[in-house]
Amino acid sequence: MSGAPSHTVAPRWLGLWPAVMLTLFFLAPFGIMLAVSVAKRDASGFYEWGFDPGSYARFMSAFFAKVMAVSLSVSLAAAAICVALAFPFTVFLASLGHRMQTLVLVVLLSVLALSEVIIGFSLSTLLSQTAGIGNLFHWLGLIDAPRAYTPSLFALITGLCYIGFPFAVLVLYPPVSRLDPEIVEAARVMGASGPSAFFGVIVPNLRGAIMGAFILVFVFTLGSYLLPQLLGRSEHWTLSVHITDQAVYQSNLPFAAAMSVFLMLVALALVGLASLAGRDKGAA
Amino acid sequence: MQRRQLLKASAAGFAVLSAPSILRAQGTALKVGTYGGYFQESFDKHIYPDFTAATGIAVESIAEPTGEAWLVQLQQAARARQAPADVSMMAQLTRIKGERAELWAKLDEAAMPNVENLPDHFLHRYPDGALYGTGAVSWYITLVTNTETYPEAPASWQALWDPANADKLGLMSLATNSFLLEITATTFFDGTDILKTEEGILQVMDKLAEVKPNVRLWYRDEGQFQQSLETGEIPMGQYYHDVTGLAAGQGKPVRSTFPEEGAVLDSGSWVVSKASQAVEQSQIFIDYMAQPAIQAKLSRMVGTAPTVPRELTDLTDEEFMAVSSDKAPILPLYENYVDRSDWVSQMWSEKITG
Repeated sequence: MSGAPSHTVAPRWLGLWPAVMLTLFFLAPFGIMLAVSVAKRDASGFYEWGFDPGSYARFMSAFFAKVMAVSLSVSLAAAAICVALAFPFTVFLASLGHRMQTLVLVVLLSVLALSEVIIGFSLSTLLSQTAGIGNLFHWLGLIDAPRAYTPSLFALITGLCYIGFPFAVLVLYPPVSRLDPEIVEAARVMGASGPSAFFGVIVPNLRGAIMGAFILVFVFTLGSYLLPQLLGRSEHWTLSVHITDQAVYQSNLPFAAAMSVFLMLVALALVGLASLAGRDKGAA
Repeated sequence: MQRRQLLKASAAGFAVLSAPSILRAQGTALKVGTYGGYFQESFDKHIYPDFTAATGIAVESIAEPTGEAWLVQLQQAARARQAPADVSMMAQLTRIKGERAELWAKLDEAAMPNVENLPDHFLHRYPDGALYGTGAVSWYITLVTNTETYPEAPASWQALWDPANADKLGLMSLATNSFLLEITATTFFDGTDILKTEEGILQVMDKLAEVKPNVRLWYRDEGQFQQSLETGEIPMGQYYHDVTGLAAGQGKPVRSTFPEEGAVLDSGSWVVSKASQAVEQSQIFIDYMAQPAIQAKLSRMVGTAPTVPRELTDLTDEEFMAVSSDKAPILPLYENYVDRSDWVSQMWSEKITG
């Protein structure tokens, strides 16, 4: 190799750039967060540097175990629903004409431009008693009187799915559109019915992409703190809501940081498990 | 005509040249911090120009960030002997935290004769009796209802516990901004004394926990509750008296009621950073703000309740009722939320909102 002109497109030192950025804007803030999480809480003001595991100890309680369980199950449910909806949707989308596909993808992308606040307020209006779909159901004679469907677990999951769905489609779309149609045709020729070709051939082939979409939506919704306040009842407040309360309203940054570290560790563990499961059969 | 104008112009010019002598001596304007947004705009418009005209002290208006960020900034600046603001409007929790850290300059009462107008709870003193702050603005948190859902106004805070109001209430989500512990203690335990021990607080929390089936929304965002109240989606709750009055004035079907037990009186206070080089000018400002006429102006222009007794002001009944009430207020026990801050917040999460 020595003396021979390099055949790579970019010079090697270019790799330093993302490394520096990653250190500067990800690892350094994360290090600060770790340090703050063990800092000494000063009730009359802020915190002092030191090593005080008190914040972690406070987190180890039945109450926060419950909050953690709520956070995880809400996000897991949202991720599962999103993928269950997005996968057949994407397979269908890939079978449409090119122009139609572009149009649908642009509409989906534009949803990403909406803020959580807008989505939360729109959904809470849509599900309200005074101006929501309850009135439509009442008019249709389905229910005796208009009722509200928010705040509730249903409203919260709906909101999270609204945000997560475009991400799931965007992750699934490239592998789904590249899937060789001949595989399915082969299965049909061999006598597989439509559904069994779908579940027996398409789904296993795209196992990795499905798991990727699931993980992305799960991690993304885990950090949501506005929708649980706008659409959920207080028992559905996620750990992110409690982190915000501690950081913003109680000025207890060490505790907020400790909770964040914990949330991240649990999320990483779950993501690790999920990707192991996705790699299991080595498909896609 | 030329002459009149010339006279006017030169008189004005003379006033401008001669008045700011205090300012000149100091070389800078008095930096006054208020919560950014509505308060700052109102003070910029209605208070500072007149103050400068009356005293010759120019004001540099500073926007304070919300929460405790401002306290932290003042503390860190004071260590470097800097004062990002001379006078600051502080919420009571941060005011007390600053007191504990001895961040506030001691003030000379003899230099501030108008401060005598203020009631004791608006005179803040160090344990040794030295004055360091005064009430700046105050506002009420009352029982609010949608007039279409409730043709009759509720008379008591007990309405929050009424089983007939299941799933109809919007309450603030934190112990430190809802003051629901004080409301519960006053309504069911003859006053807030019970909140002075931890067993007492837990007893009050158990009583307050009984409202949970009635609460539809524990709100952090005021806009969300106000909108729901106006549409009748959440037809009862606690909210700000002045804002509710403004909405009612715009024809919205809402009303604010001072319950028989009283409404919560929350407030902001003036304090001076000990790093300030302009304590004298700060005292002139604080004294100016404690005048009944200025408090009346704040009530009319900004919508705050006067910090001085009503008799001293020239507010009409209508003007006074728009911002305040003659009923004895429920005063929050702010010290509780400083001394037992983490404990109260944890118990609150577990027993009330959890």
